[in-house]
Amino acid sequence: MIGSLGQPILFLVALGFGFGPIYQKAGGGSYIQFLAPGIIAMSVIFTAIFSGIEIIWDRKFGFLKETLVAPVSRLNIMIGRTLGGATVATIQGIIVFGLATIVGFRPMSLILLIPAFFFIFLIALLFTALGTAIASVLEDMQGFQLIMNFLVMPLFFLSGALFPLAGLPSGIKIISYLDPLSYGVDGLRGTLVGGSYFSLGLDFLILGALTLMLLMLGSFLFSRIEA
Amino acid sequence: MENIVTVKNLVKKFGDFTAVDGASFSVKRGKIFGFLGPNGAGKTTIIRILTTLLKRTSGDVLIDGKDPQADANEVRRSFGIVFQDASLDDELTAKENMEFHGVLFKVPKKIRQERIEQLLKYVELWDRKNDLVKNFSGGMKRRLEIARGILHHPKIFFLDEPTLGLDPQTRNHIWSYIKKLNQKEGITVFFTTHYMEEASRVADEIAIIDHGKIIQQGTAEELKKITKSDSLEDAFLALTGKTLRDEDASTSDRMRERLRRFRH
Repeated sequence: MIGSLGQPILFLVALGFGFGPIYQKAGGGSYIQFLAPGIIAMSVIFTAIFSGIEIIWDRKFGFLKETLVAPVSRLNIMIGRTLGGATVATIQGIIVFGLATIVGFRPMSLILLIPAFFFIFLIALLFTALGTAIASVLEDMQGFQLIMNFLVMPLFFLSGALFPLAGLPSGIKIISYLDPLSYGVDGLRGTLVGGSYFSLGLDFLILGALTLMLLMLGSFLFSRIEA
Repeated sequence: MENIVTVKNLVKKFGDFTAVDGASFSVKRGKIFGFLGPNGAGKTTIIRILTTLLKRTSGDVLIDGKDPQADANEVRRSFGIVFQDASLDDELTAKENMEFHGVLFKVPKKIRQERIEQLLKYVELWDRKNDLVKNFSGGMKRRLEIARGILHHPKIFFLDEPTLGLDPQTRNHIWSYIKKLNQKEGITVFFTTHYMEEASRVADEIAIIDHGKIIQQGTAEELKKITKSDSLEDAFLALTGKTLRDEDASTSDRMRERLRRFRH
């Protein structure tokens, strides 16, 4: 867990203080404030996807086989795993939040920390379910590398985590609109520092709906696993 | 019923490849049954079908009177299994692994506690009950898996290469645990192995599989007589031929190799 905190903190400090002055000059205000929610989301999604992908390993060499021969429904196993993974990813996000306050990040309201927490959890759930769905059809860990580079990275970079969505060229803007994480980051940013691009209600709705769909897809694919 | 496992004309195809080609055999209740065959013969595929992990293409399978495909959960309650690759949670203690199994298999709490103590003592791991499994040797892990596998008192115990890679003392211990279980509790034992003299010592009956079909079934003595051999190993080679069975490494073989390198 400690090792995986390194990258988000590095991003936050290097990009935050690096781009800070330019961002301020361009009229955006404090970049650290803008960036921190994006970095929190970053740590959440990487942890979440990984716990889903662990299934590939577990299936052959680990504990998953034991659960597959138990008289327990596959749906239950999948829900349990997904909730567990999402919990770990959420805790990771909270830790990064704590560390961000050390470098100068300040949430705008204590009350709004509660919906912020729910956004973190929802993002964690969505990406854990995504990881589980992908892992249920992959046989080899090699595919995991591909997934990281061609799916997770683009989702992260085009989600408005690192730069504002306002004023982007329309091509990139369209992709960002299609990126589920955009709504998660936006919701998180809205509850932590204000200034959300979409409305909070829309963020919550889209995130919730997509999470639900992925959970259903994940459990369907998971139930068809044959060890 | 007399036969706890009946398999009739079992077929399993993976696309164009036929892994199991009309295999038929039966296992008598309360016996120790050895399932032998060269690499790629279809042993693991058949075990996966018997233990609800894989769907068959056609044929009839009954485990204790139930079909593993139609009544999966019922069948799961009736068997215990020790896989070839460990399926323990390394980050938990021995006792916690046992607890988890008890919860998954819905063993009532009080009975669970009693059985966990009894079984851990049986495999001589009770004094290590609070140690993390990741610190256990291969032999200790295997002993723990045996204790765990029978926690829910199954009628049949599947063991896929139970003594693979273990030293002679541990191998001896493991077979004595299993034989005692079979004699005292009447648990049917279904195992696979490449160690022929072990099979010949413990099995009441043996089936030899090759190319997805059962070539011969009988006691070790009968197999030796039929092939006019002095040892089970010779009988086995006579029935399955001496040519090497080269296979392409499957993804699991590759992953297993990576694991081995990582561990050293």
